Amino acid sequence: MNPRYLAWAAGIAALIALPFVYRDPYHLHILVLILIWSFAYTSWSIMGRFGLVSLGHGGFMGVGAYVTALLWNHLGVSPWIGIPVSMLAAGVLALVVAYPCFRFRITGHYFVLVTLALSGIVLQVITATRDYTGGSLGYTPNRTRGSALLALQFDDKATWYLIALFVWLTGLLIWRWVDRSMSRYAMEAISEDEDAAAAAGVNVTAEKLKITLISALMTALAGALYCQYQMFISPDTVSGISVSLQMVFAVIVGGVYVSLGPTVGAIITILLAEILRIGFGTKAVGWDNLVYGVLLVLFIIFLPKGILGSVIARLKTQRKMPQRS
Amino acid sequence: MLTVSGLVKRFGGFTAVNNVSFRVEQGEILGLIGPNGSGKSTIFNMLSGTLVPTAGSIEFDGAEISGVAPHRIINRGVGRTFQIPRPFHRLTIFENVALAGFYGQGSHSRAIADEAAERALGMVGLPTDRHASVDGLGAAGLKKLELAKALATGPKLLLADESLGGLDETEMDAAADMLRKIRDELGITIIWVEHIMGVLMRVVDRVMVLDHGEKISEGLPSAVASDPRVIEVYLGTDADSSQVAAAEARRRAGA
Repeated sequence: MNPRYLAWAAGIAALIALPFVYRDPYHLHILVLILIWSFAYTSWSIMGRFGLVSLGHGGFMGVGAYVTALLWNHLGVSPWIGIPVSMLAAGVLALVVAYPCFRFRITGHYFVLVTLALSGIVLQVITATRDYTGGSLGYTPNRTRGSALLALQFDDKATWYLIALFVWLTGLLIWRWVDRSMSRYAMEAISEDEDAAAAAGVNVTAEKLKITLISALMTALAGALYCQYQMFISPDTVSGISVSLQMVFAVIVGGVYVSLGPTVGAIITILLAEILRIGFGTKAVGWDNLVYGVLLVLFIIFLPKGILGSVIARLKTQRKMPQRS
Repeated sequence: MLTVSGLVKRFGGFTAVNNVSFRVEQGEILGLIGPNGSGKSTIFNMLSGTLVPTAGSIEFDGAEISGVAPHRIINRGVGRTFQIPRPFHRLTIFENVALAGFYGQGSHSRAIADEAAERALGMVGLPTDRHASVDGLGAAGLKKLELAKALATGPKLLLADESLGGLDETEMDAAADMLRKIRDELGITIIWVEHIMGVLMRVVDRVMVLDHGEKISEGLPSAVASDPRVIEVYLGTDADSSQVAAAEARRRAGA
């Protein structure tokens, strides 16, 4: 068997076994957060790797979280139905925003600006409808008095860890599926030259919409999961521009062109936030954003492939060297 | 196979193509020549769907294709190359061509795509090695890749845009022979746009000359080359784009 697959199998087995032997709740909590955000960042990079830089993903995440919670609190709809509905809503939103962009060739900086507006609008809508959403004070799904499974509410960190692990792995599988499909060739071609891609027979608008839709659906799922796990959401933590920027930052730091890049980005950003929180407490509120900003500039200039991307690139050249000499 | 009638394209107040009509018969090679800015590329862009005509109709295989989306036109069997090669650098040579095979024929089958890529690369004489990078190709290699991409889309009609710019004389001759081979062996009808008259005249069955967006001459290469209007156009323009034509005209004038 390929040693690569063996390494993956061993790694996954170890990750599944972990909560059965190690149950420190704080560390498990950090791991769950890392897994959920890794999934969100992976979702972003599904389209981000092809130059479709979206600052609207905070919006999709917010829709995922709020629609699920609102359906539960107001209509008593189980998250098992609420989550697909919220994903559908995010998908429709993605198509409504992306179709005109792609149809009329809004690309590059202009696309970034349109998506930035999307983040802002979702944040404004959540804040403005404060009678329902709690506005900027945040929102809490009602505690269930019935089945925990039906309400997707678990107090056990280990359960959440396993759910998050499963979703994260699914995210990696989707990444890999896209990576190996012809759509990847088409998207690489589109990101270089839309006219030439069309001349090769690629339906440019449809391919871009497809990849955007996949990315938005996944991001909404991440938002809904985050909501179910934390049992508290606020516009600042699951939607808006700062969440969108955080995604871009984490993915660029980890590496946008490799499957585990977003995961490495999530580990770094979450540990950084935790270290700042524990080390400096309330004195350091907002510092992580400052550090993100500085690091983002440094990474774009000096390490555009991200940490994991650069490490892999270096390993590859080292492996080739001995063959050449 | 292709009937173009009354084709007009205006950009604001500027008329790039003015009332151009022509026909292309199954299996022929039609040369399309004219000085810079005469409307050749604009006509090509309308035929391939990149531009929507202001007026006129383009009928291909009995169906109207003006204003149809580019990828649909490719699927119907009109392949094109670009004047300046536009390879995808993030893909390997093989992937570039396989992409065209996958989407261009509308088959969306990996096996058919790979097979089409093998055939197209073999036809133009590029290696079918799966890992070769585009960056290793020179000007002639990039032209070949451009052609292979167009062939992999499985065209009935090939629009070849100035395929020979930037090549030396041997490479030019080889490329001209290649186009003829594509017609002879694959039965693909070709419209060939070119600045360089000499080499084109040797290969095409018929030639059409454009100037300022209007058709000024059409017919057999020998007849067109001695058409006084064509000679005037080519002598009157910048030497760069029409050196060969000018030389040809001078030779005739002297003889």
